[in-house]
Amino acid sequence: MTGAGCWAAATSGQWTSSIAHSLFPPASFSELLRILTLRSGYNAAVVILGATLLGLAAGVIGAFALLRKRALMGDALAHATLPGIAAAFLAATALGGQGRSLPVLLVGAAITGVLGILAVHAIVRHTRLKEDAAIGVVLSVFFGLGVVLLSYIQSLQQGNVGGLSTFIYGQTAAMSRADALLIGSVAAASVVLALLLMKEFRVVCFDDRFAAAIGLPVGLIDLLMMTLVVIVTVIGLQAVGLILIVAMLIIPPAAARFWTERMARMTLASGGIGALSGYLGASASALLPRLPAGSVIVLTAGALFLLSMLLAPSRGVLTAALRSARLRLHVALEHTLRGAYETLESQSPAPPSAPPPPVPLSAIHAVTTMHPLLWLLTKLSLRRRGLAALADAGATLRLTPRGLAEAARLTRNHRLWEEYLVTHADIAPSHVDRSADLVEHILSPDLVADLERSLRARGELPTPPPSVHPIGKGLRT
Amino acid sequence: MPPSLHTFLSTDLPALLAATFAAVSCALLGNFLVLRRQSLMGDAISHAVLPGLVAAFLIAGTRSAWPMFVGAALAGVVTVVLVELVRRLGRVEPGAAMGVVFSIMFALGVVLLERAAARHVDLDADCVLYGQLELIFWFPPNTWSDLLTLDTLSQFPRQPTTLAVVTLLTIALVTLLFKELRLAAFDPDLATSLGFSATALHFILMLFVAGAVVASFEAVGSILVVAMLICPAATARLLTDRLLPQVLVSVLAALISALGGYALAATAPTWLGTPKALSAAGMITTVSGVLLTAAIFFSPTHGVLAKRLRHVRLAITIAREDLLATLYRLEEANQPPPAAAQSSVLSPQSFALRLALRNHEIEQTPSGALRLTETGRDAARRLIRTHRLWETYLVEAANLRPDHVHDTAETLEHLTTPPIHAELTRHPPPPTDPQGKPIP
Repeated sequence: MTGAGCWAAATSGQWTSSIAHSLFPPASFSELLRILTLRSGYNAAVVILGATLLGLAAGVIGAFALLRKRALMGDALAHATLPGIAAAFLAATALGGQGRSLPVLLVGAAITGVLGILAVHAIVRHTRLKEDAAIGVVLSVFFGLGVVLLSYIQSLQQGNVGGLSTFIYGQTAAMSRADALLIGSVAAASVVLALLLMKEFRVVCFDDRFAAAIGLPVGLIDLLMMTLVVIVTVIGLQAVGLILIVAMLIIPPAAARFWTERMARMTLASGGIGALSGYLGASASALLPRLPAGSVIVLTAGALFLLSMLLAPSRGVLTAALRSARLRLHVALEHTLRGAYETLESQSPAPPSAPPPPVPLSAIHAVTTMHPLLWLLTKLSLRRRGLAALADAGATLRLTPRGLAEAARLTRNHRLWEEYLVTHADIAPSHVDRSADLVEHILSPDLVADLERSLRARGELPTPPPSVHPIGKGLRT
Repeated sequence: MPPSLHTFLSTDLPALLAATFAAVSCALLGNFLVLRRQSLMGDAISHAVLPGLVAAFLIAGTRSAWPMFVGAALAGVVTVVLVELVRRLGRVEPGAAMGVVFSIMFALGVVLLERAAARHVDLDADCVLYGQLELIFWFPPNTWSDLLTLDTLSQFPRQPTTLAVVTLLTIALVTLLFKELRLAAFDPDLATSLGFSATALHFILMLFVAGAVVASFEAVGSILVVAMLICPAATARLLTDRLLPQVLVSVLAALISALGGYALAATAPTWLGTPKALSAAGMITTVSGVLLTAAIFFSPTHGVLAKRLRHVRLAITIAREDLLATLYRLEEANQPPPAAAQSSVLSPQSFALRLALRNHEIEQTPSGALRLTETGRDAARRLIRTHRLWETYLVEAANLRPDHVHDTAETLEHLTTPPIHAELTRHPPPPTDPQGKPIP
């Protein structure tokens, strides 16, 4: 025998058939609907409501903790509750009381949780260890101590340790109606308190020195904030479990941060995301009793985080990518038009006039060096906006009258800017092309008018003015 | 072979070996995590490999080592990459990015685990946390002569063997790349500019952390892994300022934790009068915490007590010097010597008074007044001289106003070393200080 380990083998090989099916057995739609609309019995409704309120509280309070850069402090705190739970159980049993009474266990959890936070602070303050090491040390050592105590309780064989270990992974099924009411009402109260203190929290989160300077008791406010974090963590132990409760404090605010730059909105969004995660997660757990609620709640929050990170309009990853792609297309389009205009200029001494002759693509430097995909999009965009169309089987570009006017305007902007750089920024004529390239796309009409005025005051200003450097194939257009 | 030895060989020895190897390999890697302020990366990885383990188990259909190792290592790498992605693309602060990624991964792992359990596959969620050191078992030989035969050795449990290999690989990594890892730990930018990519080293380190985490997982559980990654290295960091001694001390701390913790867990039941052993992984973690606490308080260089002691000593020195200088100034002004003022017995002033009396720098007249002895007067003269030299310097060289220099000179006089004193008197000083008092 080579060590049983803890991964006992499958009892048979049947499970290769359909893993997905077995992982998520189908539930009837009506049952799902009944649970989601809180009509699956009073008990389940109270539990789901409790989890929703918990999610709301964790989201709101987590928002402040995240902005105060205390996100992982919650992790140390949550792990540090385990020895408290075990010790409270032992103490209550020794005093002849009911060991597994939720309020007693939660008080024990809160005590060692706070001790854990104080230990992190003391280590950071009094030793050369940094915060990450302090958090890691506290969470592992306190948790290890808790594991030892749990194994001691188990060895006494009188305590129901099964009840205690639900605190590690969380189990809404183990929640009684009274427990859920307790959790829900404490969560609601802490949300109210957090919202009442919103203004003070906000100032301290963004600039604690400013807060101190205007006379706010920063230490006290920090203490209140941490107390709220402790409360949420402790009441979340049963529903979510101590390993994952920190996720409820981190994920909703991190997701909400993608949607807004304003604190009040972020707090509300974070609370909303937390509440939704709690609601859906507890519902799923009610539907599939073996599914640990904490994990489902966290996975729901994780899905919302992913959606926010990708799709949020202001800071989302996809929106940012789309914005930068749009800018690149815009730049490519303008370079093409200006390239065409300069080619027309080189063909005749008079300024190009409508209708202009077709320009061979090979003469436009911007086009010949463009990525094929970008050129494809540029072509489409030029045609869609009625600025230019391809002619002669795609070998030449014919500007429309509107396209010619636009090209003239762009060329003019470019040269105005070059002119400005040469005269006002003392840059050599041979070096301005590139910097002009970078800014010309974002010149506002006001700025162009201003440039024109100042240049006109210095002398003649043709339309567009001649280039300050020779235009040729070797130069960037 | 006596039965107790047989028990030792069959259960304790393999478990002890597994715990020791896990502790040593984690402690070695932990040194670099602690220095790079990435201690929590170990925590994150050890939580996040769970879905990799379960998925590998579900796909391969066996709990043999290799598929699970590959699955978990993949999950570890995915975690590192995801944390970077969330941090950079999402512009989320590093701690929060880590928290988001590892908690989601862990939640996914727990859900997979529970669903797998529903399919009569007994993967135990608890063992992920605590490990099952107690379940590692070896059918040892019955006689000493059989101990090293091939047949017996081939029966040796898998976990300690895997962990031994991982430990050897880790030792090889730390030995071969010591210089590079050290550089990257202290100054990643310099390392990159010298041609060792700090990012590449980071990923190599993370790969090894993932490997150590995975190998340790089954035997000792994630919580012990996290503790062993951080606690011994943190302990060593408080005891030494050089990296090589730090690495060695951390290994020593890991060994003490593993052996001591295991022994405590095994023997505790006899004291407590309970039938079953306590959790060995939990006890090893606790011992490593005790070691760290001891280092925090008692480290001779960085310990809280040592620092406190240095402060107290300095305070007493300053109080003694102030006492001597005050008496000297009174003598100078021809004022009567004062009586000792009442101060708390534990205050620096009262210690200073007793010290000066014991050194025969001052003496107490029968009426209770304090008076400088000849030794004391010499010492006081030197101090007053330093003080007035500083005042002169501050006025002449630093252009401060004469009535603004006393407090600064008062601070500096206690901290003036002989070379600085020599520097102060390089030019012959004037006979009096800026306030017109003679420089002795």
